[in-house]
Amino acid sequence: MLDLEFSEKLEKVATSMRGFAMGLLRPIARKYDEAEHEYPKELDVLRGMGGALGGGKKKKKDGEPDKKKEASDTTSNISIVVTVEQMCYGDVGLMLTIPGQGLGNAAIAAVSTPEQMEKYGDKWAAMAITEPASGSDSGSIQTTAELDGDEWVLNGEKIFVTCADRCDAVVVWATIDKEAGKGGIKSFIVEKGTPGFKLEHLEHKLGIRASDTGTFVLNNCRIPKDNILGSAEVKQGTEGFKGVMKTFDNTRPMVAAMSNGVAGAAIDFTKEKLQEAGYKLDYSKNPNNVSSVEKEFYWMEANLEAMRLLTLRAAWMADNKMFNNLEASMSKAKAGRYGTLITQKCCDVLGPLGFSRDHLAEKWMRDSKILDIFEGTGQIQHLIVARNILNLSRKELK
Amino acid sequence: MLNFAMSKQQEMVKKEVAKLVKNIVAENAHDMDEGGSIPEDSVQKAWELGFSVNSVPETYGGFGMDDSPLESTIVLEELAYGDMAFAVAVTTPSLFISPLAKMGTEDQKKKYLPLVCKDDFSPCTLAINEPRFAFDAVSLQTTAEKKNGAYILNGTKCFVPLAAKASHLMVAAAVDGKNELFIVDAKNPGLKVGEREKTLGVYALEMNKVVLENCEVPAEDKLGGEEGCDYNLFLQRSRVAMAAMATGVANASYDFAREYAKTREQFGEPICYRQSIAFMLAEMAYEVDAMRLMTWKAASKLEAGKDATREAYLAKLYVGEMAMKIADYGVQIMGGHGYIREYPVERYYRNARSFSTVEALSCV
Repeated sequence: MLDLEFSEKLEKVATSMRGFAMGLLRPIARKYDEAEHEYPKELDVLRGMGGALGGGKKKKKDGEPDKKKEASDTTSNISIVVTVEQMCYGDVGLMLTIPGQGLGNAAIAAVSTPEQMEKYGDKWAAMAITEPASGSDSGSIQTTAELDGDEWVLNGEKIFVTCADRCDAVVVWATIDKEAGKGGIKSFIVEKGTPGFKLEHLEHKLGIRASDTGTFVLNNCRIPKDNILGSAEVKQGTEGFKGVMKTFDNTRPMVAAMSNGVAGAAIDFTKEKLQEAGYKLDYSKNPNNVSSVEKEFYWMEANLEAMRLLTLRAAWMADNKMFNNLEASMSKAKAGRYGTLITQKCCDVLGPLGFSRDHLAEKWMRDSKILDIFEGTGQIQHLIVARNILNLSRKELK
Repeated sequence: MLNFAMSKQQEMVKKEVAKLVKNIVAENAHDMDEGGSIPEDSVQKAWELGFSVNSVPETYGGFGMDDSPLESTIVLEELAYGDMAFAVAVTTPSLFISPLAKMGTEDQKKKYLPLVCKDDFSPCTLAINEPRFAFDAVSLQTTAEKKNGAYILNGTKCFVPLAAKASHLMVAAAVDGKNELFIVDAKNPGLKVGEREKTLGVYALEMNKVVLENCEVPAEDKLGGEEGCDYNLFLQRSRVAMAAMATGVANASYDFAREYAKTREQFGEPICYRQSIAFMLAEMAYEVDAMRLMTWKAASKLEAGKDATREAYLAKLYVGEMAMKIADYGVQIMGGHGYIREYPVERYYRNARSFSTVEALSCV
């Protein structure tokens, strides 16, 4: 039966994560925005925290029976998007650089063999997909992997790798058969320190500066044959690639949740300032009869609510084993775009407070912009939504 | 607990209303709009779904079912998907019955509910909107003054649906600045139903101005008795109803424009093959969903018996803007054809204007 209210349990998850984010992340948000590329050592307390964000290694104590899975709103995806939103309410840049919680960890957790899990489960793993000439069109990557005896030999360049400096290993996308197109694309675990694997430089960014982003060059980089994630078999067609793209159906609502968290932080700061200035927000008057700034505020709140609900729905569908490709993209299309609009508007209505680096509003405006870009730009999300609702192929709707 | 799936019962209700809409509303919506009226037998058929009387106890003529704002939003969205004027006309009695059943004293319920909860559609309505700039449902200019054990109502109301046919009206008026609802018999000599309103949209719906001139109402007809009513709760429920209807209208515009874009060919292929059109449709798709979720969120609060002031307010604010935006896109995607009254999107465009402007055209 329809019910859009949180359970008490989920409410508790949100409250405790909010407390955690405000206690640990928010106080150092400005510090690491300014000290770009410096590792936030305060996050060391989180090492080995486990899979709260979907990555990491899940250990089962000996003799502990498998818990029966019951339907609830505190299972996996729902609790992840709630957690992610609250963490990003604290700080999105820091959330992206929590030790051991890289995107590569999520990939390893999803498809690794028990041996790979044993070896790499505890390592902080980044993800390297993007290349200078391959952005949204990730099927066009040029990095190659060739089998030579018991080793894969990797060559190419990877850019925009999150946690590039801090991670222990990187999951690298490369093609083992260019002729096979997308079917030839596989992912490989490359450990830091492997000869021929070089962190070339770190980027200076508009926002999320607490999170380091770097470029890797792979030059005849040799890794063990067993470091391939999944099968080395090249399948005809695009089935294998589609499987990889499917993981986006889980991660896109997470990015939407990040946007919700940042927007929420900006809205609450604005609310605080409005109330200090004597505005009484009581959700009663005709929106045309309140001041412009109040109307703008209500507009922001309403949109954040819409962003959240679309995000929660996509996550709920994933938890209930429903195909959510459309809804995942809907959530990110809306949340990504409106997150940037909300944080911009907050800076606008805050006046001088919104332009000053004495406050975090300007930072949230910079931070939120990436959330409409990475993990599929807003335009790509619209393309996916449009193809779904119009039942058109990639060829028909380019 | 979060659940985005309808129950079997909710699915069934949705299907039943959709079927009715398909059979007697959708194809007639154009003619109803042009003719300015709705066939009585259609209204009667939809009335029998029981929207307004479902949760009224059987002893008062209702079905004695549980109060379910969520189920009501499902019904309203489907009805408005067919035609907004029809949705309002059929559910107008809920504007009188819902506040009475939820907030009336036992005596009031006993006296008035059986008069309007009948097998046959029995018009009764609510007068809340006022014909003035900066009208606000929370600061009414219609007043009620207590004099000699009665209330004297003065003021002018507009957009009162079915006022000319109603046997009873719920009238919103302020008593010393506190908003209250009054049960007023249509035959009260102090109440005059004015001319039929000429409006931008909902041509098929008969709405009138209502003038209250020293309209004397017995003190016992103040809703909720001495203490008065929870006016805020009424606003929440009527705002959720407006949000549900807005979702229906927006969804209709989206559906029509999408199907049109799939078949309309220009430059040798369907226009939906172009991103400029496809992206507009994508936006319409997720905004319709967002509108529905906002509506359901507020309705979930009400369903759980919680305060939904904030959620209902934000939902109405949101749908007011989005319904207009989506209806605008609907016309735009169809180009010149969207501007012709032969196609329904021009009607959706006019009707969508009401949601941010008008209060309380239905109640969950």
